[in-house]
Amino acid sequence: MSIESAGAGTFFLILIMAAVTLVTRWGGVFVMSFVPINYRVQQFISAMSGSVLIAVLTPLAVTGDNGARLALLTTGVMMLLVKKPLPAIAAGIAVAALWRNL
Amino acid sequence: MVSAESSVSDLTFVEAWAGFKNLLPISLFVAVFGGAFGLAAAQAGLSEFSTVVMSLLVFAGAAQFAALDLWGAHVPVIPLMITVFAINARHLLMGATLYPWLRELPLAKRYGVMLVVSDANWAMSMQAFNSRKAGFGVLLGGGIALWASWTIGTWLGIYLGSAIKNPVSLGLDMVMGCFLLAMAIGGKKSSRMSIIWIVAAAAALLAYWYLPKNCHVVVGALAGGLLGAFWMEKKDEH
Repeated sequence: MSIESAGAGTFFLILIMAAVTLVTRWGGVFVMSFVPINYRVQQFISAMSGSVLIAVLTPLAVTGDNGARLALLTTGVMMLLVKKPLPAIAAGIAVAALWRNL
Repeated sequence: MVSAESSVSDLTFVEAWAGFKNLLPISLFVAVFGGAFGLAAAQAGLSEFSTVVMSLLVFAGAAQFAALDLWGAHVPVIPLMITVFAINARHLLMGATLYPWLRELPLAKRYGVMLVVSDANWAMSMQAFNSRKAGFGVLLGGGIALWASWTIGTWLGIYLGSAIKNPVSLGLDMVMGCFLLAMAIGGKKSSRMSIIWIVAAAAALLAYWYLPKNCHVVVGALAGGLLGAFWMEKKDEH
């Protein structure tokens, strides 16, 4: 099934995308309202929250170009040294830009 | 550690405003990336109005870019839905991780604040909650800052797009990655958490290589979460 991306069709497609995204924004909260929050669930949640970040970042670092890798490395080192997110992020982006324009 | 107290679950205007200002700097980067989306959407044949409406209603950068790949004279609906769902499935996990605090809010506020959940404001609010500070201000206010800048950036990109024709060469594709890494490193560290992260990283990579597209985040996060559920911290530490 496909929808013509002309006229009203475009809006229908956008509404579908918005609805699917809203399901993801609300679905996790909704499902959890049926789950009793015991200690094991708390441990699951706290382990998962860091793991989300790692699961986003790992393929980015492994399969990205050297600019991407250097950006992450720079941000990581800066975070360990100065412990301030904004300078660390700015430095990472700057290094990626610099590397890709060399 | 994850214990909800009513004080940290409060949501006031003052806190939301502080959160808004807190995420304004990163929002500037998001606006530029939104500009890149506006330009890409124009090139894919979307009208100016529908492009802005998409950013306004969908507010999910990676999924919107992926949708452009499917855009043509006819757009296949099921692949579009699967792509958007898979890329945004991490929102499901974000909602679940926020639930211990969200359940303190009345229903309307609970689901209202989740309208603007996104990577950056979720990471900031989790960090606040994990150090027993109020986190809903940055979730709501920061989310509004990101939402507004994404939408305005999209709109500006349609006109000024030529100035940022190549966001990758400016390193702008790395904004969210660097931000999330900074959040990950800024969080609390322990040898248990390091091992959980290694497992999450390995699972995400394997899923990235061997499983269907876009499911690596969910697979990696669930792997880390399940390990954490079965290998629990000793309770008396808290």
